[in-house]
Amino acid sequence: MDEARMARRGVGPRLWLAGGWLLLALLAAILAPLIAPQDPLAQDLMLERLPPFWLDGAEPGYWLGTDSLGRDLLSRLIFAGRIAFIVAFAAAIAACLVGSALGLIAGYFGGWADRIISRIVDIWMAFPPVLFAILLVAVLGTGLSSVIIAIAVIDWTRFCRVIRAEAMGQSRMDYVENARIAGYGRIGIMLREVLPNVVPSIVALLSLDMGIAVIVEAILSFVNLSISTDDPTWGGIIAEGRLSIHQAWWVLVFPLITLILTVLSFSQFGEALKARFDPVLR
Amino acid sequence: MLLQRFLIRLLTMLVTLFGVAVVVFVVIRVAPGDPIAMMLPPGATDADIARLRALYGLDKTIVQQFFIWLSGVVRGDFGTSISLRQDVLSLVLNRLPATLELATFALLMAVAIGGTAAILGARERGTAVEAGIDIASGTALAIPDFLWGLVLILLFGVLMPVFDISGRVSPQLDLPFVTQFYLVESILRLRFDLTWDLLKHMLMPAVALALPLAAIITQLLKQSLKEVLDLDYVVLARVKGFSETQVILREALKNAALPTLTLVGVQFTFLIGGTVIVERLFSYEGLGNMAIDAVINRDLPLIQGIVLVFALLFVLINLAVDMMYALLNPRLRHG
Repeated sequence: MDEARMARRGVGPRLWLAGGWLLLALLAAILAPLIAPQDPLAQDLMLERLPPFWLDGAEPGYWLGTDSLGRDLLSRLIFAGRIAFIVAFAAAIAACLVGSALGLIAGYFGGWADRIISRIVDIWMAFPPVLFAILLVAVLGTGLSSVIIAIAVIDWTRFCRVIRAEAMGQSRMDYVENARIAGYGRIGIMLREVLPNVVPSIVALLSLDMGIAVIVEAILSFVNLSISTDDPTWGGIIAEGRLSIHQAWWVLVFPLITLILTVLSFSQFGEALKARFDPVLR
Repeated sequence: MLLQRFLIRLLTMLVTLFGVAVVVFVVIRVAPGDPIAMMLPPGATDADIARLRALYGLDKTIVQQFFIWLSGVVRGDFGTSISLRQDVLSLVLNRLPATLELATFALLMAVAIGGTAAILGARERGTAVEAGIDIASGTALAIPDFLWGLVLILLFGVLMPVFDISGRVSPQLDLPFVTQFYLVESILRLRFDLTWDLLKHMLMPAVALALPLAAIITQLLKQSLKEVLDLDYVVLARVKGFSETQVILREALKNAALPTLTLVGVQFTFLIGGTVIVERLFSYEGLGNMAIDAVINRDLPLIQGIVLVFALLFVLINLAVDMMYALLNPRLRHG
């Protein structure tokens, strides 16, 4: 498939839309103290459950309304994005490093290494992932690093399984055989020949996994087991919104839209990157 | 041949379960905080601590503790829940049917939706209908069950309140049930008023769980169908004058279904894993909802029991799918 045809198939717009939303959300999170219209923690019972700006009873400066404690929803969403992106990047990269390394070893070396690593993956797959993450945070204690560790611990198998299969396929190819005949060592071949060929898959998975990390963090904070401070989180806002759903629907709707857009963007971005980097398609 | 395959799988399953037990035990034992110190009233003496330690076997080495615990688990003794002060196994068995009914209902729904969409997409291949199905399944797959649950709560709990979004059954109803399989029992007792009430509660969480799986079934089955539809015997059926729908249903489906079946097995375990948060979201009184309460209450024996039951369920499903695959695949059956 030639490049012009790829572009026509919509990889371009998808990449730009997804990347655009992620960039916007990331910038908002980084610049949160500068752009948030209100203090995300400031409670004001005179301003409780204000509706979003287009409805009667809205107050200027509280664009998306307020929650049941009178806190500004938009400011809370912007600040919560900071936790979401820190967790997404840190947890996905940690899961990626562990999972890809083990997958590469299992797939390329095969034999005992493969058998042991595959058995561990099997054991991990027998855990309900969300329950495992909740359990880990409960054991480690709430906090940013616990959340990151918990998500990395439950999610490395995703990388391991895919990279193992890819590395296995690559190691049967002629070029690997040629490299061995040329006298390269096994580890050298793995790192210099096999690894570069599985990088597109790793990059695509990394983007997908960031979306999953955002969701798991939201679930953890939804059950009140994420970070222990008062800092807002998307899942925490959703939990408040679920409780006051009949009085203030906007407290649930806006974080939900934010989460859906973010998750969709991470997965679409990953798919588009994969299509762009895939040597077969290229 | 089949028996040998079964025995090997059974052995692997036991190794996996043993591994799960080790991981659960290790994770819970590294928990910071002394469990004994939390149980004692203030002013307890060192002798009290030592006595309690010995009572719970905590004075032994960690390996000894593990095997004492494991031998109990194998005999069905999962210990006593700290927060609910009841036998863990009976608590778990009491809640498991609710989760099984929800998960099975969601699975059936996913197969029905996914199967229909796949057949429709394969019949209308290359048209706008197929493109529409592709976009819908792509979206259904990219959004996880947790978010689907929230969307459904907003749509059918607030905007158009037609379904119940909280609980398993209306609390004011008198339940004549003797088992915890409420849905099955309500049908067997011909109490369709109760069946309807149960379904009204179960539908939303089940749809949230079913949508991502339905999307996977759609994509994979449609792909397999399209491959099979180009084969000679299918072309022959078409030449014989069967309509495209007949060709798909009578000829293509049974040969295209096998890869989907294998995948559905693995994905069903993901669906069951999803019940943990979806039950929480809909306040559905199943195992997953109890698990989250157990974690929040730091009820370690109960958590261990629930995780092990989930793990057992997962490996049993995988074993069942593997056996079914072996039975249905002619190459393995006669091999």
